[in-house]
Amino acid sequence: MAHGPAKGISRWLFTTNHKDIGTLYLWFSFAMFILGGFFAMVIRAELFEPGMQLVRPEFFNQMTTMHGLVMVFGAIMPAFVGLANWLIPMMIGAPDMALPRMNNLSFWILPPAFLMLAATLFTDAGGPNFGWTFYAPLSTTYAPDTVNYFIFAIHIMGASSIMGSINIVATVLNMRAPGMTLMKMPLFVWTWLITAFLLIAVMPVLAGAVTMMLMDINFGTAFFDAAGGGDPVLFQHIFWFFGHPEVYIMILPAFGVISEIIPTFSRKPLFGYSSMVYATASIAFLSFIVWAHHMFTVGMPVGGELYFMYATMLIAVPTGVKVFNWISTMFKGAISYETPMLFAIAFVILFTLGGFTGLMLSIAPSDIQYHDTYFVVAHFHYVMVAGAVFSMSAAVYYWLPKWTGRMYSEAMGKLHFWVSFIGFNITFFPQHFLGLAGMPRRYADYALQFADWNMVSSIGAFIYGASQLLFLYNVIATIRSGKRVSEPKVWEGANGLEWTLPSPPPYHTFSTPPEVK
Amino acid sequence: MLRKAQQLFGLALATFAPVLVAQESASEGSQQVLNMPVGVTTVANQVYDLHMLIFWICVIIGVIVFGAMFWAMYFHRKSVGHQAEHWHESLKAEITWTVIPFVILIGMAIPSTTTLKELYDTSEADLDVRVTGYQWRWQYAYPETGVTFLSELVTSQDQIYNLDEKGQFYLQEVNNPLVVPVDQKVRLLITAQDVIHSWWVPDFSVKKDAIPGYITETWFQVDEPGIYRGSCTELCGQGHAFMPIVVHAVEQEEFDSWMADKQAEAEALAALTSQTFTLDDLMARGAEVYARTCAACHQAGGQGIPPAFPALNGSSVVLGPVDGQLDVLINGVSGTAMQAFGALLNEVDLAAVITYTRNAWTNNTGDVVQPIDVFNYAQGQ
Amino acid sequence: MDKSVRKQVRQLTLGAVAMFAFALFVMPPLYNLFCELIGINQEYTQYTAEAVDPVDTSRTVKVQFVATNQATMPWEFYPTVFEVEVHPGERKEVRYFAHNRTRRDMVGQAIPSVIPYQAADYFHKTECFCFNNQPLRAGEQAELPLVFIVDRDLPESVNTITLSYTMFDVTDRVPSPAEWVDPS
Repeated sequence: MAHGPAKGISRWLFTTNHKDIGTLYLWFSFAMFILGGFFAMVIRAELFEPGMQLVRPEFFNQMTTMHGLVMVFGAIMPAFVGLANWLIPMMIGAPDMALPRMNNLSFWILPPAFLMLAATLFTDAGGPNFGWTFYAPLSTTYAPDTVNYFIFAIHIMGASSIMGSINIVATVLNMRAPGMTLMKMPLFVWTWLITAFLLIAVMPVLAGAVTMMLMDINFGTAFFDAAGGGDPVLFQHIFWFFGHPEVYIMILPAFGVISEIIPTFSRKPLFGYSSMVYATASIAFLSFIVWAHHMFTVGMPVGGELYFMYATMLIAVPTGVKVFNWISTMFKGAISYETPMLFAIAFVILFTLGGFTGLMLSIAPSDIQYHDTYFVVAHFHYVMVAGAVFSMSAAVYYWLPKWTGRMYSEAMGKLHFWVSFIGFNITFFPQHFLGLAGMPRRYADYALQFADWNMVSSIGAFIYGASQLLFLYNVIATIRSGKRVSEPKVWEGANGLEWTLPSPPPYHTFSTPPEVK
Repeated sequence: MLRKAQQLFGLALATFAPVLVAQESASEGSQQVLNMPVGVTTVANQVYDLHMLIFWICVIIGVIVFGAMFWAMYFHRKSVGHQAEHWHESLKAEITWTVIPFVILIGMAIPSTTTLKELYDTSEADLDVRVTGYQWRWQYAYPETGVTFLSELVTSQDQIYNLDEKGQFYLQEVNNPLVVPVDQKVRLLITAQDVIHSWWVPDFSVKKDAIPGYITETWFQVDEPGIYRGSCTELCGQGHAFMPIVVHAVEQEEFDSWMADKQAEAEALAALTSQTFTLDDLMARGAEVYARTCAACHQAGGQGIPPAFPALNGSSVVLGPVDGQLDVLINGVSGTAMQAFGALLNEVDLAAVITYTRNAWTNNTGDVVQPIDVFNYAQGQ
Repeated sequence: MDKSVRKQVRQLTLGAVAMFAFALFVMPPLYNLFCELIGINQEYTQYTAEAVDPVDTSRTVKVQFVATNQATMPWEFYPTVFEVEVHPGERKEVRYFAHNRTRRDMVGQAIPSVIPYQAADYFHKTECFCFNNQPLRAGEQAELPLVFIVDRDLPESVNTITLSYTMFDVTDRVPSPAEWVDPS
């Protein structure tokens, strides 16, 4: 395999090439994105009007649970791992990842895990129905029998993420080209390095939580069962100790992507590189000490509540620094609006809106009104969809010409952008109103005063869902028949080692490390 | 985006103005469709003010930040020939935009802390009420007088499944609302019997989790008489959306007479236990109890949702000896969702619903179970 | 594979394993410890007064008792009194009533919980049925005793303490209890 890819299916099954594995991850995550999106369509179709039309409440709960699990663990996380695989070696001038065989394994255990998870939907007992946060005792004593498959699937996903992260840390720390000091690394590499450490720290905690569930369900322990001296609230603490860093795991690589794209299309170097690095690191640190802000209504002592409120508010400072830096990068630049830049700008605007609602949610007394309503749903979709997913779209349009040597159609890319942008806002902006007006989340059916905004939101969701088919079309059309790009530097303002390679890059790159000044 | 947001707000207001007016005239709590209700307690008003304060701070920051961004997006375009400058660092600027947000945050933290402490001050309550969450109903109890009752959704399954027209308070109506006196500090002692639930009434700004095995507390003091509606806000299984909360806040005299009625009702019920009912009476009452308490799981047609919720139509328990069915209803089935209804329903309702299930659908056993049979079974006779 | 890479992979793997062990073996006891420190969850510890403090008759505290059954627990279970008034330092006995109305022998376990949190640290039980499980034969009933002292150092702001018990069915967890409670 020294000179090129193997033929046929075995190329993909046994590949240890970072570009192949990156491609596998990206396609897998897109497939999961479509699956999770399909679940979302079922949810929005059911909520189109008051009353139960399409599904039963029990199945509705399975849909909300599976939508969350598939999007978090199947779509967003593997998508960023795919990007990391493709880009990190090329960005730091390395021939491949540090641990290529483990790389293969960490990808190939994912599809069986999701297959098993999705298969539970077809059993008599049904799939997991306790929300992606799976609070005990709903997920233990009161769970369907299939919960054991769910736990097993989570274990596999966790193992895959940990292996992927170890690989990324080892690659970044050992395989940089001579002259590339840590503070010369592209910001995407930096954000992923920090993310990888977060993953190694918290995925085992999630594994611990599901292991305790497994033991409570099958072996008579009582970690979360009050009857045996346990405490259901302990589960929430452990879950959110994982869960809060987890949401940053899904957004930090997005910060990295945006920090690559905005300078390129502003034709101006990134403003405040080192403060961007420090801000990322402080966000990662803060993520470990704010977890109980997800539990303001659980009945903590007032001192605990105050502490978690103050700590959470503090996150606004480094996050603000990042937004200000992006805007300063654009200021006095020479901005052009290609598709990746459109997605990046939309990211900055919508992510900031999500940040504002995040700040509102951090205020404990008013969080009591927002908690577990559609306001929260709107908030985290503004940061997750407009954050993680928009940045992925931006990344794909930005690097696709590099990966394939073919240019996407700018008109089609822009169409995809505008349909997504409008669809997204029609879907999620009204959910702020719904939440404030009093509609709780995870409701299969609702009172009549919520009917109008739910209908608007559902229409938006169908538009947004359809726009992703445009995305799929654009990617396939580019690969099959996009206009060839010959020059290595596809974008005039781009900087970085990956743009010194031919487009598409050969199967093996940087076999002799480049010199970084 | 902000301009867009404002337009949306404007559009929304225009669209919903008639709705708002209509709801205003109904004068039933505040039914906002865009913003948080102002609330009917002092604490709720404070929370609303805090919410609006933070909201406007965010709007102002948003206008400044996005203003700068749109400025750059418009004037520093390549297509108008703008040349990129090359600066990429400014310590002064970075310190400024670290310090200013920090100061703003302190400004936000101060009123938040005050309000939070008030929310937590449950001391010196005038009335204690116990709130217990079940899959999928609430139980309210007044420990001082011993009055205890279930509060269950009365919206019919036919309305939910679109076989019947939806009423005005679709999914927000219950058989027994919680009744409290106005101008009295009411302390809630909240717990749950199975999974975690959460008791929320937006107009009171009260939301507290109900956790099995643990007790939590919160309080409210309503200023104006009225009917206030809320919901369960912690995912608790398939009936999560179907266990609303309704609170009637009434004047003290009205509360006292309501309490006296409830006590008399309980005594009258106890007397009914020794009476003998006809099959028709029991079937009529049983149908009501079944629709309210059993139909969500076992379904209106008795077909259940196997395997979690077994069918009652043709069930061996329902068609078998009465004692077997009494055991299941009174004592529950350990490890399943079948609760011990002996503690939740009175003997008359239990007898009625058992008689109903033994004669409804294709279960034509002709059996009549009297309240006294239930009573005797429960007493171990 | 490079030596330094191998070392790093080993360290990172160890780190992940350590975090798993942390979640499984450290977090639950740490959580319990933390709860004890701030006063929650101290309810199983029997209080042994070193010296009998004089009763502080200048203050009166309301102590309330409530009971809940887990959803599938069929016993009758309630406090015989809802509310008592005590002076800090005073020993007080109250009783809960339990009745196994089923036709099978069962074991219950009462799980205590105290609010407000700032009071939990000052509510001492010298004797409580919750220290052990409660076996009741079919049809049997029992009065379950609880003896408590409210600490003289109870913060001034607290004037009501509520003690809640939730009765769980633990028959399957405790297969053969050593002795059944005598009907009394």
